[in-house]
Amino acid sequence: MDPLFISAIVLLGVMGFVFGAIIAVVARRFAVKTDPRVKHIMDALPGANCGACGYPGCLGLAEAIAKGEAPVDACIPGGKEVADKIAEIMGTEASERIRMVAVAKCSGGCENAYDKMEYHGEMDCRIAYLTSGGPKSCQYGCLGFGTCAEECPFGAITMVDGLPVVDDETCTGCGVCVNVCPVGVMELIPYNSKVYVACNSRDKGVAVRKFCKTGCIACRLCEKSCPYDAIHITDNLAKVDYSRCTNCGICVAKCPTKCILDKIETRPKVYITGDCTGCGECKKVCPVKAITGEEGEQHKVDMDRCIGCGECIKVCPASAIRIIGSPAEVAS
Amino acid sequence: MDFGHIVIIAISAILINNFILSRFLGICPFLGVSKQTDTAVGMGMAVIFVMTMASAVTWVIYNFFLLPTEHNVFYLVSRAFGGDFKPENFDLAYLETIAYILVIATLVQIVEIVIRKSSPTLYSALGIFLPLITTNCAILGVAELNTITYNYNFIESLVHGISAGIGFTLALVLMAGIRERLEYAKIPKAMQGLPIVFFVSALMSMAFLGFSGLRF
Repeated sequence: MDPLFISAIVLLGVMGFVFGAIIAVVARRFAVKTDPRVKHIMDALPGANCGACGYPGCLGLAEAIAKGEAPVDACIPGGKEVADKIAEIMGTEASERIRMVAVAKCSGGCENAYDKMEYHGEMDCRIAYLTSGGPKSCQYGCLGFGTCAEECPFGAITMVDGLPVVDDETCTGCGVCVNVCPVGVMELIPYNSKVYVACNSRDKGVAVRKFCKTGCIACRLCEKSCPYDAIHITDNLAKVDYSRCTNCGICVAKCPTKCILDKIETRPKVYITGDCTGCGECKKVCPVKAITGEEGEQHKVDMDRCIGCGECIKVCPASAIRIIGSPAEVAS
Repeated sequence: MDFGHIVIIAISAILINNFILSRFLGICPFLGVSKQTDTAVGMGMAVIFVMTMASAVTWVIYNFFLLPTEHNVFYLVSRAFGGDFKPENFDLAYLETIAYILVIATLVQIVEIVIRKSSPTLYSALGIFLPLITTNCAILGVAELNTITYNYNFIESLVHGISAGIGFTLALVLMAGIRERLEYAKIPKAMQGLPIVFFVSALMSMAFLGFSGLRF
């Protein structure tokens, strides 16, 4: 056999063996212990690196969860699904978390709110806000340049008529828009709550009227009409107490400036059956005066006015009032 | 050994024949890791280590295993076992590239493991460029120049390796410093990012060309 052939094989073989051994020793010596769970948690996380959890990116959170520093349900966008997966990896139970979505606390779009100046600058809310609070005359209102829509990591915000519209299904409640808005217009509310105050103005009613057609003028009509004590005026602004609100929609119907908005497009309606004794109890409690009829006779519901709050059903002694829920039913 | 000769090798590798700016070796990490001075210094240190070690190890391998000389290890072993061979029978010089890459890859692996343990921040900052030192032509270049082109002895090889690393670090850190300032400069849109970096490196290269006038 050719010595050249053998020596080449021996040389490379020995070199490979020696170097491999050196690397093995060094790797053992400088081993970095990584928690294998980190990788599994990382796989379970959405990977959007939105930062809603307060950690630098998904990897940061995964490490914190693995160390036990963060709760398993710390990923807000991931919601329950991700929390359950991570809980399985960590071997614990995930607690129920209320799903939150963002809303814009302003209804003063291009049409409704008046400008105090012409703005010819960078079309970015954060920059516009530096020039004496932006072009809007209302210092609490949405500036309408759509920085929240740009920054939303999930593309859940679209700008319609100079106001952000949040798609509840896409929104994960990560809170990026809440942090990025220089005015503080965005707010997180529970997904199940469908009624919110679309105004952020703490100005007095007179001032609000000057700035905007649809601002909260702190008239207290909502506060008075709410049967659940769930809406209150603080700092000249109506605020919904979501722990009490039942989405009945009475305040929406009552608000004179229409600044309380309702996400339910078609509300359920009630109708009165032939069992009606004409006692008139329902007429008394109806917050929107949708029920008419003489005493002792069959009462009727004005379908256009009825907001489906169900107050009348509770008081009817003859159980003659029914509610119809789905949009198709209501239409018929 | 002539001390002056060593100094000339060092100055030549650092300034006159700077690996990046004159020999145009190792451009990839030069453009990739020159965004921040801290990272550039870290990368430079890693390269200096790998270059120095590679110079030493490859010199030994070249002179004692690959070259068909009187002190070729295979020749000596075969003689010890009574074989009737000439040194020419063990001319393994053709294995040079593969052997050098093996050495460099090992050294880079070691550096990577150590950096990962000692400085996770630097590890994540260097990213892919750390394992890419393996295929960095500057390192293979040093090894080849030491052995084949210049036929340096062991001390000369070592000095040349360290100096080449220092020259690499110098260019990298200078570039990082310039790029940190470029962040705040008003650059035409078409020139932003890498294009302006290419222009800067061309200007730096021309500036370093001035060192070729150095006389000793």
